[in-house]
Amino acid sequence: MNKIRIQHGRIIDPANEIDRIGPVCIAGGRIISVGNEPDSFTADIVIDAGKQIVCPGFIDLSTRLREPGQTRKATFKSETLSAASAGVTTMCLHPDTNPVIDTAAVAELIKELADKADYPQIYPIAALTQKLEGNELSAMLSLKQAGCIAVGNANRPIKNLLILRRAMEYAASHDLLLMFRPNDYWLGNNGCAHEGAFATRYGLPSTPDAAETIALDQCLELAELTRCRVHFGQISCKRSVIKIHQAIKYGLDVSADVAIHQLHLTENDMTPFDSAYHVLPPLRTESDKQYLRQGLAGGTLSCICSDHQPHDIDAKLGAFPETEPGVSSLETLLPLMLRLVTKHAITLEQGIAALSQNPARILRLNSGALTPGLSADICIFDAELEWQVNADNWKSLGSNTPFWGQTLKGRVTHTLQAGRIIHSLNTI
Amino acid sequence: MIDNVQLNAEGKLKHFITIEGLSNALLTEILDTAESFVGMTDQQIKKVPLLRGKTIVNLFFENSTRTRTTFELAAKRLSADVLSMSISTSSTSKGESLLDTIRNLEAMFVDMFVVRHGISGAAHFIAQHTAPHISVINAGDGQHAHPTQAMLDMFTIRQIKKDFTQLRVAIIGDILHSRVARSQIQALNILGAAEVRVIAPLTLLPAHVETLGVSVSHNLTEGLKDIDVIIMLRLQKERMTSALLPSESEYFKCFGLTESKLKIAKPDAIVMHPGPINRGVEIESKVADGPQSVILKQVSNGIAVRMAIMSMAMQPLGGLQ
Repeated sequence: MNKIRIQHGRIIDPANEIDRIGPVCIAGGRIISVGNEPDSFTADIVIDAGKQIVCPGFIDLSTRLREPGQTRKATFKSETLSAASAGVTTMCLHPDTNPVIDTAAVAELIKELADKADYPQIYPIAALTQKLEGNELSAMLSLKQAGCIAVGNANRPIKNLLILRRAMEYAASHDLLLMFRPNDYWLGNNGCAHEGAFATRYGLPSTPDAAETIALDQCLELAELTRCRVHFGQISCKRSVIKIHQAIKYGLDVSADVAIHQLHLTENDMTPFDSAYHVLPPLRTESDKQYLRQGLAGGTLSCICSDHQPHDIDAKLGAFPETEPGVSSLETLLPLMLRLVTKHAITLEQGIAALSQNPARILRLNSGALTPGLSADICIFDAELEWQVNADNWKSLGSNTPFWGQTLKGRVTHTLQAGRIIHSLNTI
Repeated sequence: MIDNVQLNAEGKLKHFITIEGLSNALLTEILDTAESFVGMTDQQIKKVPLLRGKTIVNLFFENSTRTRTTFELAAKRLSADVLSMSISTSSTSKGESLLDTIRNLEAMFVDMFVVRHGISGAAHFIAQHTAPHISVINAGDGQHAHPTQAMLDMFTIRQIKKDFTQLRVAIIGDILHSRVARSQIQALNILGAAEVRVIAPLTLLPAHVETLGVSVSHNLTEGLKDIDVIIMLRLQKERMTSALLPSESEYFKCFGLTESKLKIAKPDAIVMHPGPINRGVEIESKVADGPQSVILKQVSNGIAVRMAIMSMAMQPLGGLQ
């Protein structure tokens, strides 16, 4: 395997508290030195990272690649290319594929597809309940043994709290992490927008923030009762941040992430009836956005996820409530994180940690750091490079993003996964 | 944002999707144009050749009798060829998308779509995706807007009350689900009404309803004080089964307009209703058929107002010379 030297870059590795200019040396797919070069090291490949930042590869806790089941939207091949170009080296996949990831056979199929795509590390999240129907427990242990990294019910409801309790107890028995997006099915009321001024003006079915906070409260109570580790995904409102902060302070083993678009957009940014802004949970208010940013800066929300949901054109072509929710968001992840740094909402170290060190810790992965001996999962980016979000620069099959056509700052130039260069901007 | 969709480069009406974003001058132009058509409908020959040779398709994805009929009559009186299509949800569930339906009709060289659809944003979507020569008139989309209904209501109010700036208007009932109410509130605010008041229980009001530019009351007796125009909204039966209200009779007790409650409003207050009315649920028959009711006037005005809007949207043919 190739020996690689990444030189002249600014190395930022929050896990090891490193921020300095120097080389990173890789051999046999692993990091062998950071900041210095071992004697007698001769590189086969030299990457000049001058004026660029070298950091751990990004770990994305919430993605959908649409395969199996919806290959008209996207495929493993297209979306792993998209991920690699975005500096993402590890991805968690929600179980709402077709078929659902509720048996070892489907989990193995996903692993096969992932191996074939041959790009970032992919970890399926196992369905918490069979067919995600919220009625019967899935075979969580078999799913774990087949490579699932956690359990979750995607965006599907578990209406009966007794079933959620049993599922959490069973997950805790096998030391499985529950990844949970809180949303009370009934209060959610099939809304497609935040219950606020925008939905009121345009007569859109809406979801109040209480749909999230009440489901969050219930799950926090059950986390206490069952001792299940819970990671809350795609938190969208102020009072959720407050509740999670209190729960962590109280000592519960819980954590949370926020989708990158929630840190930038609110209902005020929505163009009326533009389906690119149709996301779940919905875009909320300015005050919610500010709390999410503060939650991130303060560590209550320890991770940023892309919540990548590529769609085909037809899925977004229709009257707003009838279109499918979600943003194709891997490739805007880095520039939008950097925008938070520019706006002084977080530091660059915090941003990188929220995309690497922190998700690795939650998933208990031995990665997300540039520690000698670890697999060489590395992202190199140019924080100043401007690029336009357009078809020429876009890899995902889904072009459903509210940032389409905009010029963003910050671009990944190289991505290495286990010492292989899986993305290089210059050679494209 | 929306006004960009419905106005052309000269600021003239191209589509009519919503009241939002339109100017007082444009709304007044619609009312004035309608005025000129009103006299005409009393004549022996009720037709003008303004839209001769034009094809208008009424696309109704939702049932409607009154709105569809008045649109049809309006188009015929403008000498247009009219095709009315009721597209049940079952035929769209065969897999034909809304866009496919539109594309197919476009291929038949039509000039205007009049669209009613159960989903908010449907008319806006069609206006954005239809061929550039086609105008789209929103005949009601989900809970979003029903701008021609609002304009015929404004027309009726102006006929009787003349000046909007002195008026206090109460809209009573299911604001939450009402596209009519949303469009009326916008029109009244643009035309400068002194106050728009909504009267309903919290279950029938959308969140932050005051952001629409209204004052709020949950009590009909208090809410009717000083009111010049009373607009009653239809109450759908399914509001009872979805736990928004306990029963029709309790609703009538709290929010039904009776002769005695009508006396609380100004003595010359008028009573309006977009129809169809539920007698004994939101309004007592004595009031609906009484001297202060202008409900049937609204219906006849619907034709002239729709003629005005259709002819204006078909620039440069629009406007009576």
